[in-house]
Amino acid sequence: MITFGDVARLAMRSLRGYRLRSNLVLLAMAIGVAAVVVLTALGEGARRYVQAEFAALGTNLLIIFPGRSETTGGPPPLLGETPRDLTLDDALALYRCTAVRRVAPIIFGTAPVSWRGRIREVPIFGSTSEMMTIRHMTMASGRFLPEGDPHRARPVCVIGAKVREELLGNRPALGEIVRIGDRRFRIIGVIGSRGRSLGMDMDDMVTIPVASAEALFNSPALIRVLVEARSSADIEAARKGILDIVRARHDGEDDITVVTQDAVLSTFNRILTTLTISIAGIAAVSLVVAGILIMNVMLVSVSERTPEVGLLKALGGSRSAIMRIFLSEAIVLSLLGATGGLVIGGVGVFVLGSLYPAFPIAVPIWSPIAALLIAVATGLFFGALPAGRAARLHPVEALSKR
Amino acid sequence: MVRLERVTKIFRVGEHEVRALHDVDLEIGAGEYISLMGPSGSGKSTLLNVIGLLDRPTSGRYLLGGQDTTDLSDLEQARLRRERIGFVFQFFHLIPRMTARENVELPLVLAGVSPAERVERVDVALRSVDLTDRADHRPGQLSGGQRQRVAIARATMLEPSVLLADEPTGNLDQRSGRDVLELLESFNRKGLTVLVVTHDPEIGRRASRRIRMVDGEIVASETATAADR
Repeated sequence: MITFGDVARLAMRSLRGYRLRSNLVLLAMAIGVAAVVVLTALGEGARRYVQAEFAALGTNLLIIFPGRSETTGGPPPLLGETPRDLTLDDALALYRCTAVRRVAPIIFGTAPVSWRGRIREVPIFGSTSEMMTIRHMTMASGRFLPEGDPHRARPVCVIGAKVREELLGNRPALGEIVRIGDRRFRIIGVIGSRGRSLGMDMDDMVTIPVASAEALFNSPALIRVLVEARSSADIEAARKGILDIVRARHDGEDDITVVTQDAVLSTFNRILTTLTISIAGIAAVSLVVAGILIMNVMLVSVSERTPEVGLLKALGGSRSAIMRIFLSEAIVLSLLGATGGLVIGGVGVFVLGSLYPAFPIAVPIWSPIAALLIAVATGLFFGALPAGRAARLHPVEALSKR
Repeated sequence: MVRLERVTKIFRVGEHEVRALHDVDLEIGAGEYISLMGPSGSGKSTLLNVIGLLDRPTSGRYLLGGQDTTDLSDLEQARLRRERIGFVFQFFHLIPRMTARENVELPLVLAGVSPAERVERVDVALRSVDLTDRADHRPGQLSGGQRQRVAIARATMLEPSVLLADEPTGNLDQRSGRDVLELLESFNRKGLTVLVVTHDPEIGRRASRRIRMVDGEIVASETATAADR
């Protein structure tokens, strides 16, 4: 019985016999595998990017929206559409739940901010000192909102880096007085640049105490409350506690929506993983095309080498031996092509990663394995027909073909 | 050694049936040197292919070394071909991309002999046909006579019981043809059974037994006396 090593050696030997044809097929297979690798790496990068963005939001985070979404899956209402507002007192009441560590109420609006005649319309963020810890914010200079009774409307503000630059230029900002709406606020800190996070550009924002914002916008309605649970194990308890407390305060009505960071994250994870797999599936179509090319090359090769097949039979090669010789040619083709594709894909991912360092492109572990397996399976599948054709050739007829 | 009993082979060409062999009875003893002659289409090659297990008879029995081959599976037939039969063809049938050494090695590869053992056996085989110095040449770099000697080395590699040669000199000039015949005869003297199909009466006369075929039947089988040769 012919040995495995000899089969592989014979295969390599005959592939080198028609180099151009073999190389073209290798190229097709390599492109297919490289496409799978690069596209899945992009998908995985997107997943990691979103994950990092969410992690930057804070840890063990729960987000409370006013209003109740009745249907599952729809986005929570961005603006409270309920008769009962979610208020600062509601938010502070959440501290009664033992699973809750920190609470940051948020009022949001826009107002003109002016300094020495320069005016800009800026998003205004009303919150408390807890905000900084929950959102893992850092200060470029000065300090964040002072601790103390959240009901006190102190005339102080913390500005983003971009606001500072556009309003004050290079002058020192700390201690300066800006006018927000018709009120005067003293700048006590500048937030360190952390870029955009989930659509909220902290650099382009002014943060003031929540009570000041209530007065400024003349409304006690919070658009969000951020809650940090004591640990990830406490998230579910915190969620229940929040719902219970708010229900009790709102006359037994469930008129808020609580979203946990984990739930959102795992939803995004699921969506993006599914997306990555479907992209990989589309790319895998090119592997099938490469498989058809393999079949084509093998058919031509069998027909060209018909006398050789006859000879192998005369020398004592059985049908199964000839089947294996030709099948292994198809598999060697697909394996070599796939290996080349992995290298090309790896280089492509590396180049993309160097060009866009901010994007966490990464090859998911399953994708090269899957690409390799599919490539070999394709070779087997599409090699079977030509190999079978060779094996079934009648030795006398095969030998007499010139 | 080889025993055919009422072997008939019918080919179907379109709607016509062609009877290539008709009730052929033949017995070949070990160590014989036989020539098979006859006009084109007389069934010589078909007989050779049946004996070589490349073709199955339509009816009749074929015993090789006492074993009935008629009902053997493909795998068993392949093994018999490998172990007991050597082929030499008119057009050599060497694989062009392989060197002489690799061509000679092929039966050992198909038999699953280890590479280490192969080297020595190929060396011996190449020496037996006096081609040691051409071992690394490809067929394209060899003369016709040399190519046929490579083919003979390949055919005798696994020490078969029968060597079947179909017009072994048909594609050679006279001198290399004679060389090739002498080489075959030297193997025959060492005990190998040789069956040569030929058109050439001069070559046919060299054999110790001459079989003549017409229309799928053996019409004459004469054993030469020493004086004839």
